[in-house]
Amino acid sequence: MGLLSKKDANLILDPLADNNPITIQVLGICSALAITAELKASIVMAVSVLFVLGIGNVVISLMRNIIPSKIRIIVQLVVVAALVIIVDQVLKAYAYELSKTLSVFVGLIITNCIIMGRFEAFALGNGPWRSFLDGIGNAAGYGLILIIVGFFRELLGSGTLLGFKVLGDPIEKTGLYAIGYENNGFMLLSPMALIVVGIIIWIQRSRNKALIED
Amino acid sequence: MENRTDKNSYTIIFAIAMVLIVGSLLAFTAASLKPTISENERMEKQQNILYAMGVNDNDEGSATFISTDKVAGEFSKYIKKQIVIENGSATENDQAYLIDVKKEQTKAKSGGTRSLPLFIGEKDGKTFYIAPIRGKGLWDAIWAYVAMDENMVVQGAYFDHKGETPGLGANIKQRFFMDDFIGEHLLDESGNFAGITVAKGNADPKNLDKTDNEVDAIAGATITGDGVTAMIRKDLKLYWPYFKTLKK
Repeated sequence: MGLLSKKDANLILDPLADNNPITIQVLGICSALAITAELKASIVMAVSVLFVLGIGNVVISLMRNIIPSKIRIIVQLVVVAALVIIVDQVLKAYAYELSKTLSVFVGLIITNCIIMGRFEAFALGNGPWRSFLDGIGNAAGYGLILIIVGFFRELLGSGTLLGFKVLGDPIEKTGLYAIGYENNGFMLLSPMALIVVGIIIWIQRSRNKALIED
Repeated sequence: MENRTDKNSYTIIFAIAMVLIVGSLLAFTAASLKPTISENERMEKQQNILYAMGVNDNDEGSATFISTDKVAGEFSKYIKKQIVIENGSATENDQAYLIDVKKEQTKAKSGGTRSLPLFIGEKDGKTFYIAPIRGKGLWDAIWAYVAMDENMVVQGAYFDHKGETPGLGANIKQRFFMDDFIGEHLLDESGNFAGITVAKGNADPKNLDKTDNEVDAIAGATITGDGVTAMIRKDLKLYWPYFKTLKK
């Protein structure tokens, strides 16, 4: 990473593992439950958050010296809501198909606590470039977990990946289904997202004891 | 540590300025994009209607509309007549597809007369009657365009939703769900309106039984499925009297 100093690189790399927003900071759980029933939705959400958090962090960072501390949370909310709604409107006008896919996610993005959390914890105290890296890093860490959870929920719940029937056809009884395999419908329900996230947290902490709090 | 941005006067001025700037920015965006957006919505309606009667670019597995540059031409080619049914009498109206079903439902609720748009299309010598319907899913509105023949047997359907859960309720707009409706009867054997129930455990996952008034539900999307059932029972039933007049 010749472009970035070691400190800057850590802004991106830390949230991917040892300071992951979902598994370590336990933020953004609501959206992780809501939209990980299939892999495609997880990917769309991951990319959207990457975009909003990257830009939002820069905007908040540029405004950090003029935001009144008493109403800073409101200001942050207004900035992220305005940003998301403008993008939504522009997509509706010029990329209608795409906007229909994303419309469900708009509300989830605005209320995503990772976005507010990074504004509050990082962008308010750091310059735009570092805030941008921090935004990208945290969104990537969030997206990574979303994609892992989405992968297992779609594979075990529906027997598909991105809509392709990778395990065979459950109705025609081909592939794995021919030998008696059944989809686990429970994987499609939100509690299983929590259990999958729990398993990821377990694996992560058993490999790195430093992460375990007393 | 008192500084400039902690003062009440500064806070109030900042808040006012922020609201003004963000408000006018949003208003400006919304107003300047509105014509393009409503044009997109108009074309989408035409695409939905044509999709239901089988005029689409579907391949093996995905649901694909005909492209937006062709839609206006195809719409006037296939849709022979647009009618509006009010109090049992049908009048022709070539702007019927622009009728907002949501507004008509509100009108009916407050005691007014609901105008029911119906689009009559012809393809390969067959006549299709396409009705728009609207209801509630789990989170927000769901709606559909259902194409029927004169015996109220479904010939095709397009479902859509505003905010159902991706991967679960949102799957009502997937082919595997919509295609189940094709060939399904809306009337029971004695000719009364029965609707189509999105049923769990109807033991017919391939949907071979077309006269059971049931299609297979989506796992994990019970409430959206129930919404579809209710929407069909409530809204499509309003068209039943019109279909009875066709048989005479």
